[in-house]
Amino acid sequence: MTISLDRYAEVAGEDVIEHLRQLAAPLRGRRVVHVNSTRKGGGVAEILDKLVPFMNELGLDASWEIISGDESFYELTKRFHNGLQGNMVELSPALLQVYEETNARNAEALRDTLQEADVVFVHDPQPALLLRQVPERQGKWVWRCHIDVSRPFRPVWKYLREHVSAYDASVFSLADFAQRLPHPQYLISPSIDPLSEKNIPLPADEVAGVREQFGLDPDRELILQVSRFDRFKDPVGVIHAYRLARRSIPTLQLVLAGGEATDDPEGAAVLEEVRQAAAEDRDIKILLLPADAHRTINALQRSADLVLQKSVREGFGLTVTEAMWKGKPVIGGNTGGIRLQIVNHHTGFLVDSPEGAALRIRYLLSHRHKLEEMGEKAQAFVHDNFLLTRHLVEYLTLIHGVASPEDNRIELG
Amino acid sequence: MSATTSGILPFAVKDCALIALATGRCAQNLRELRDALEAVQPSSLYHHFWGGLLRPRFDEPEFNNDFAAWARHALHDWVLAERLAVIDPTEFQELEGLRRELVEVIEERLDERELIPWSKPDQQFHFLDSLIVVFDTHRRVEHPRELVEALAGMTRSSVFYHFIDARRRRPDGIDDFRGWLREQGDGYPELCEQLATMDPFFSSLAETRQRLLELIEDHFGGPRL
Repeated sequence: MTISLDRYAEVAGEDVIEHLRQLAAPLRGRRVVHVNSTRKGGGVAEILDKLVPFMNELGLDASWEIISGDESFYELTKRFHNGLQGNMVELSPALLQVYEETNARNAEALRDTLQEADVVFVHDPQPALLLRQVPERQGKWVWRCHIDVSRPFRPVWKYLREHVSAYDASVFSLADFAQRLPHPQYLISPSIDPLSEKNIPLPADEVAGVREQFGLDPDRELILQVSRFDRFKDPVGVIHAYRLARRSIPTLQLVLAGGEATDDPEGAAVLEEVRQAAAEDRDIKILLLPADAHRTINALQRSADLVLQKSVREGFGLTVTEAMWKGKPVIGGNTGGIRLQIVNHHTGFLVDSPEGAALRIRYLLSHRHKLEEMGEKAQAFVHDNFLLTRHLVEYLTLIHGVASPEDNRIELG
Repeated sequence: MSATTSGILPFAVKDCALIALATGRCAQNLRELRDALEAVQPSSLYHHFWGGLLRPRFDEPEFNNDFAAWARHALHDWVLAERLAVIDPTEFQELEGLRRELVEVIEERLDERELIPWSKPDQQFHFLDSLIVVFDTHRRVEHPRELVEALAGMTRSSVFYHFIDARRRRPDGIDDFRGWLREQGDGYPELCEQLATMDPFFSSLAETRQRLLELIEDHFGGPRL
């Protein structure tokens, strides 16, 4: 269901919506195409699901295309993902050939749309080769990288850089992720949608009901991590932190809730590692939720006493913002975009080890007033900085910017 | 009582949107910071002093510019952080003057220290720049008294444009409100003086808007009935 931008005035403020309309007015009719590799699962799809209808509501002619590939294509792009985040991976010539052929085949299917677009946003590495397959392109092409590429495995970046260098601009989530590229590099941090199923306020009985649904004791402390079963999210480290914290809080319960994105073939292996680490502990619940279990995740986040995102590498970590929006302090890994969201000691804590996470869990659960104070600050911080409306403003600003790449000040008529 | 002189243009309420860009230049130690400071575009200095007001930030910032925050949190050099934090960019007519002052403070610190302070690799200082897109809201203020109502409806970014960005944009280096008031009748010297004393550094843009609104409202004898 598409929600009108006007509804966002209630949350973000009337002035913010008016600001968006004025910024978008000169872009009326501009054809904008977003391309990624999945329509469901993962933060990118969630953002596009909202951004595209909003751009249309503001008068732009926006569309969202997805590319498809076979298992080897996703295997390779998963390696890209891991490699860009710094893991040593192998890119065999056979897999690279699959990658190039898949992009060529998808380019053929999307040729007319891509060729005629005024601005094309290509999200992440999966469709990055489309550009070279569309030599007759008329508009500006922007590579939007959602991954933490601050310290990539060099061979992977070397291969990819050759292709993304040809874009007119790129977008990274944080300054630390920007690379040496021969074009402007914009910085846009992700956002959350306050009116989505995952973030809307829920009735108290629904929040309470989620504990019953998953066999959680309503009277005992609950800590939660919501993320894919991915080694970079360190779910095993979370279990370690929970065990350390339980020495002083024996009633503690832990939920690890994850869903699998359709482009993540590694998830099953990590899930098995997590199950082994949890062993027979009945107070650890491992939930493998479907991609559309937004309301359940919402209820779990609201039901938890505090939320963890103990990633060791993280592009941004939307689950951090989601939890903060629900007034929960977050204990997050001291890495990537988490540093931008958690104001250490104000909206949560940044930690570098399971021991650090355990210490902060103990501190917050034994200082309830502090926990509540941090939660309130966290919610206000998200309101001012990480709502979808801010994200949309930046995309529109960027579209103005790519049309005049030489200027750092554009005065619209 | 001042009155609007006929022929004076109304105050055109504008708004802006700002997006950050990476410059590709970063520093991992104090000497690299000094070298990069000497080379970056003036607009990058502007971004690191003023752009923060429109970036995600906490409403209780510890420091008023990014250089001071980095000295404290990445280099762990409290003395340098305090010296950098005390630099007031409004005292410099040109950004080049601000650049010289920054370099001077850093060189002094380099002379004092036996070892060059370093940051961890993932805490480097990234020099950023920004793109600002300015647009007309088509709202016009005919009389200074009406500024109260106009301010109440301004976005944070509109306050940024007229109260912060104006200082770089205008040849006289003042904000747009004072610039317009000075064109009116006797120039509202008292009100302008009060506006000039406002320090926008440690306030959020919402607080700045509220303070502006109160000063102008007080000047005209309280809220209109």
